[in-house]
Amino acid sequence: MATEYILEINNLKTQFVVRRRRVVRAVDGVTFKVRRGKILGLVGESGCGKSVTAHSIMRLLPKTAVIPEGSILFHPEGGESVDMAKLNPTGRKIRSIRGNEISMIFQDPMASLNPVYNIGDQIIEVLREHSKITKKEALERAVRMLELLSIPKASERIKDYPHQFSGGMKQRVMIAMGLICRPQLLIADEPTTALDVTIQAQIIELIKEMQSEFGFSTIIITHNMGIVADMADDVAVMYMGKIVEFGTKEDVFLNPLHPYTQALLKSVPILGNAGEDKLIPIRGVTPDPSEMPPGCAFEPRCDFATEACKTCVPGRVGVTDSHIVRCVHCIGEKLDD
Amino acid sequence: MSENKKKIVKSSLAKENFYKLLHNRLAVLGFMLMFVILMACILAPLLTPHSPTDLNLRHMGKPPGGEHPFGTDKLGRDVFARVLYGGRISIAIGLSGALGGMILGVIIGSFCGYYGGWLDAIFVKIAELVSVFPQLLLVMVMRVILGEGIKNLIIIFVFTGWIATFRLVRGRFFSLREESFVEACRAFGIRSSSIVFRHILPNCLGPVIVQLTLNTAGFILQEAALSFIGMGVPSGTPTWGNTINAAKELLNITNYPWLWVAPGLAIAFFVLGVNFFGDGLRDVLDPKQQ
Amino acid sequence: MTESNVLLELNNIKKYFPITAGIFRREVGAVRAVDDISLRVYRGETLGLVGESGCGKTTLGKCVVRLLEPNSGSMQYNFGGEMRDLLSLNAQESFAARRKIQMVFQDPYSSLNPMKTIYQSFDEPIRIHSDRNKEERRELIARLLEAVNLHPEYMYRYPHEFSGGQRQRICIARALCVDPELVVCDEPVSALDVSIQAQVLNQMKDLQEKLGLTYIFIAHDLSVVEYMSDRIAVMYLGQVLELAPARSLYDRHIHPYTQALLSAVPVPDIRAKRERIILEGDVPSPADPPQGCRFHTRCQYCHARCVEEMPKLEPLAADPEHFVACHLAEERFAAVGT
Repeated sequence: MATEYILEINNLKTQFVVRRRRVVRAVDGVTFKVRRGKILGLVGESGCGKSVTAHSIMRLLPKTAVIPEGSILFHPEGGESVDMAKLNPTGRKIRSIRGNEISMIFQDPMASLNPVYNIGDQIIEVLREHSKITKKEALERAVRMLELLSIPKASERIKDYPHQFSGGMKQRVMIAMGLICRPQLLIADEPTTALDVTIQAQIIELIKEMQSEFGFSTIIITHNMGIVADMADDVAVMYMGKIVEFGTKEDVFLNPLHPYTQALLKSVPILGNAGEDKLIPIRGVTPDPSEMPPGCAFEPRCDFATEACKTCVPGRVGVTDSHIVRCVHCIGEKLDD
Repeated sequence: MSENKKKIVKSSLAKENFYKLLHNRLAVLGFMLMFVILMACILAPLLTPHSPTDLNLRHMGKPPGGEHPFGTDKLGRDVFARVLYGGRISIAIGLSGALGGMILGVIIGSFCGYYGGWLDAIFVKIAELVSVFPQLLLVMVMRVILGEGIKNLIIIFVFTGWIATFRLVRGRFFSLREESFVEACRAFGIRSSSIVFRHILPNCLGPVIVQLTLNTAGFILQEAALSFIGMGVPSGTPTWGNTINAAKELLNITNYPWLWVAPGLAIAFFVLGVNFFGDGLRDVLDPKQQ
Repeated sequence: MTESNVLLELNNIKKYFPITAGIFRREVGAVRAVDDISLRVYRGETLGLVGESGCGKTTLGKCVVRLLEPNSGSMQYNFGGEMRDLLSLNAQESFAARRKIQMVFQDPYSSLNPMKTIYQSFDEPIRIHSDRNKEERRELIARLLEAVNLHPEYMYRYPHEFSGGQRQRICIARALCVDPELVVCDEPVSALDVSIQAQVLNQMKDLQEKLGLTYIFIAHDLSVVEYMSDRIAVMYLGQVLELAPARSLYDRHIHPYTQALLSAVPVPDIRAKRERIILEGDVPSPADPPQGCRFHTRCQYCHARCVEEMPKLEPLAADPEHFVACHLAEERFAAVGT
């Protein structure tokens, strides 16, 4: 059954049990949907839970993590819907999805490739894990994929080891590994953070190109508002384990409603403004995740905070059909968590 | 008024680490073992009326009990007294050997690690040379050159024991000298000796102290082994090794087990205690855990 | 920007790091981290150094603070009107000159000694560079911490009790404790979270205004450099390719590399219509830089002369404050228009 959405996450909670039985709510009731064939940008600062959300979808969480609540509904094309949150994280079902229907690329391409195998072997391994093809066929497909990602002399370089590639080339190899099984959903976790700007531009263009070529859906996780503005169709802004604002790119950038989104946009320098507008920093620091304020998590740093913000956690408010904000000051239809 | 009285909140790393150590059960157990044995050795005259060296021909080879809680050896010396008094010397040898090695290793390691270059290359080669030489052979050669005696044993331990600390300190210096806080010191024009000893060295002391405990335990075992084969402390002086030495013959091992069980257990418990304490310290001082 | 306003003048600075091989540590080559750079820094300005990793911007910064010794070149510094070469001072003068130039480092986590309290980290530099007594030093430290919006009592705490942003503010305060004139800031905000970056940047601007500091601001993020700097130098493989006031660098960038760099920066504004220039391939190794123009291997306008002859960094005929190292500079300037 093909729906409009490829992934629906409802009230997802991921918690870590740390020392002395304290619980850190890294992801605390996250709800969003990924439109089929579109790019969703998940943006937030370090520690906001954006990476944990991605790892929860893939069920690649450390042993100390639990998912006590919520569902992650994956609707593959021509297949049955699965609730990823209910699967056994080491079971056969999740392994057949990981790397095959949903694949992930990571921030640090240097650490994500095994230095003792050549890159051909590493790409082929993914392919042969998920489909019954001969080594020769697999190799041909790997070379074609590398060529598609404009790695020069792909048929020769496929025998090379990771250390023989530059950072940008390694990230291309990682993307090749991610795309070799033609996944329906690609999760890219800070794919360009470790790279230089000109190389970052290459990788961004590449992901956009590949997406229009293969038509997969993408979740791109980043702290860089610029990358989101450039790539995403939909934007989810995350703060302290919650999506505080969700909407189309136009909703979030042209009409930001949550004070955090507004503040975030005002606190980064924009190229071409040459220091004309002074940056407005967000005061204070992000709270300790194990000592969260009782009300809205952003209340201690918010310029618009009122008494109401201190006591109750704001619910989701649908301002328009596409634009959902978690702030008591926003007027709209109250939605379930 | 209350504002003036408010005490300035000073934090202390030492205090914090001490509390962490108190919460480490293994370290506390190790420390207790060490402390009990050490105190027993120091307070030996209060615990036994016998002398470790007095021969008593009427009480030769007596099994444990009554006047002699650990029995007597074949010359009638009280084993309990020998274990206690012997512990003093064994622990002193182990500790001073390890301390000497630590000081030497820290000084050489600091300079080599901070400056690098040919100085470093020379000491690395020396360390390699000393560590590939069979230790027993080294001890024998040194004994021939320096003669018998406690002092010489300590010198031998210092000579072989600095290497582990040297490598440790050198390695830590290599990585720490690249840290920005060291560059900041250099940008201020702070003297090199001050950077080495007052800024970098305190950051390596954790592992150095752990190494000290491990070396102490190792040297106590080595003293025992060397004395047992007659290569260590002169046989007239009571040490743990010399006490076991009395049970060297096969017949004695089966017929007079108290000769070796008591000093053997003393060594085992003390070394175990030191190692537990060292492991605990390592956990507490490991900078990665902070 | 008159002659007398020059605070620091770098002339033909080169810094090569030898590559050694074999057991005899024979030199088999050199990484040309900084390859013949000449620059002027004017009193009270912020000079931004921008470039990708490996372009030599940090190495140049460390040469200025004299954490690294350049292989050749001279660094003339303005000591109260008299220009003197920092590299040929005697030991005593050299020590005194260290007070004038300080540095703020990239990683706030490794910039403070974890075993020392903030007070201990500040005390020694102040003591060796001034004759303040203990009480005066304590007062100065308290004032410095207040200047970066931290409670003076924090001086008795250890670095691990502070967040990244607080640590970087402490590092800025520490650099200021010897009352410097020039502060080299090496990627001071790149390790910090976005919402914290603005705090630190604004703090630095305020301090500059209050104390009349001169900054050399090194960063890879063009938007941050543009926000902070009066003039910007774009570096590539150990050389400066373009140097211009911030505004004209953005409006009338001449060098093809600057153009590509500017177009590659993602901007959080969805209305901005921008044409992105994607550079082919990677930055060549600084151990084996291309002959001729350093950028010619990735340049779409490359022609025969670029391969053979290295262009010099020269001012444009129409704008003497705008320096470009490109054979096509004047033609490209004419095309951009004024």
